[in-house]
Amino acid sequence: MLGYTITQWLFGILSFLSIMFALMVVFSRNPVNSVLYLVLTFFCIAGHYLLLNAQFLAVVHIVVYAGAIMVLFLFIIMLMNLNEDTEPQRTWITKIIAGIAGGMLLFVLVGSLKGTEQLGLASYGSSQIGLVKNLGKVLFSEFLFPFEIASVLLLAALVGAIMIGKKEIK
Amino acid sequence: MIAFLIYKLILCVVVFAISLGIAAYSTLWERKLSALLQDRVGPDRAGPFGLLQPLADGGKMFFKEEIIPNVSNRFLFVLGPSLVMLTALMTGAVIPWTKDIYVNGHLYSMQITDINIGVLYLFGVVSVGVYGIMIGGWASNNKYALLGAIRASSQMISYEIAMGIAVIALIITSGGTLSLREIVEQQDAGLANIVWQPLGFIIFFVCALAETNRAPFDLPECEAELVGGYHTEYSSMKLGLFLFAEYINMFISSAVMSAFYFGGYNFPFAHELYDALGLHDGSKWIAIIGFGAYFTKIAIFISVFMWIRWTLPRFRYDQLMKLGWRVLLPLSLLNLAITVVVEFIRGNITF
Repeated sequence: MLGYTITQWLFGILSFLSIMFALMVVFSRNPVNSVLYLVLTFFCIAGHYLLLNAQFLAVVHIVVYAGAIMVLFLFIIMLMNLNEDTEPQRTWITKIIAGIAGGMLLFVLVGSLKGTEQLGLASYGSSQIGLVKNLGKVLFSEFLFPFEIASVLLLAALVGAIMIGKKEIK
Repeated sequence: MIAFLIYKLILCVVVFAISLGIAAYSTLWERKLSALLQDRVGPDRAGPFGLLQPLADGGKMFFKEEIIPNVSNRFLFVLGPSLVMLTALMTGAVIPWTKDIYVNGHLYSMQITDINIGVLYLFGVVSVGVYGIMIGGWASNNKYALLGAIRASSQMISYEIAMGIAVIALIITSGGTLSLREIVEQQDAGLANIVWQPLGFIIFFVCALAETNRAPFDLPECEAELVGGYHTEYSSMKLGLFLFAEYINMFISSAVMSAFYFGGYNFPFAHELYDALGLHDGSKWIAIIGFGAYFTKIAIFISVFMWIRWTLPRFRYDQLMKLGWRVLLPLSLLNLAITVVVEFIRGNITF
């Protein structure tokens, strides 16, 4: 088809969708819609993982981000009952400053990306590293220390969340 | 290639039809069973023994007036029940319904797709199913619906954790595979997983009750406090989709429990029976007998679900949360620890 393989077509469509949904997150007025667009963005990214033959990562991405974290986000936003009427009106000065700041960030990002070397396309399809078994082996042998450190980080966050959540500390 | 696509398409349609058919007749069976438990007759007017009752109910749902509240978000209001139904039907794709069949020298697998992360796929789909209820409840723009939706999603998230840890223990027992097919096949050679995972099964069963929003965990639609819960504002077939999805979820979770803990299409002395009948692997009769065994297990589970609903009163919300976080979660961790020790002694885990 027009000289592209199916994988390339899928990659193009998925990239277009993820960028579009990511923009919709920012542009939609209603916070609940923003969250729902963010969920769709996560689904598109999971699709990219699937293209890279990383099924485990794709499913875990959906279970953790779309299935748990974003549900909690949605939860809070629904309970706070935010909508267009309650959104604070911004003056033109804030808009200009936000525009300049955002533009600067874009400038920095483009500049830093321009400096990096172009990496060759990873040969997907043949790579089996994304499968559960191989990923587990690598995580528990080669990257055991960073993996355990990350779990300590999560534990610290967990304890912190519980401490903040408590009404009074005995 | 074309033949493969047609065969998969037929399989999809069959699984779809079976899910809907079982769900439809579950509604009748539920009413019959509740009648039995309460010493009544139950529906018996439509057709012989009331067998046409599901059709009558479905027809009624279709012909009812459809009301979309003015203040609601129309798109999300319709999206909610559709999403619930979609995710309920998607779970059937990874379940191995019966043994492979040889037709004209080709091996046909009776499973839509055997992905090597089947168990995680199930969890992914279930966790996305929460959105249907949340979106539906929020888009109704009704306090009761919102409260129901929030209850439903917090309940589902809380019980998913204990369920996940129970399943991790199960996966260790069945040799570290995430494919449902391999989990079932491995029970063909040895004992059913329930022998090694009795506590895990009880945790999984309780969590399955909570995930399907069945009594005694039906707080999201608790009519005494919340009118109708998340589907208060829904009418006509959109309400039908919500109610129907619950029955499909019940069917699928029964199927998953039978596959995980009771060997799916395997049954005790299956090989002796097949040898006595002179059947070989790949015969269609083996597939049919296996299918029958699987559906007997599923039917028993569905009946137990209903039996529990008509026997136990509903939990209070704080009791629900306490049970999920303070009882089931520690129990599932304990189960995981015991499993690791037992499997180490059995020699299935090496370091």
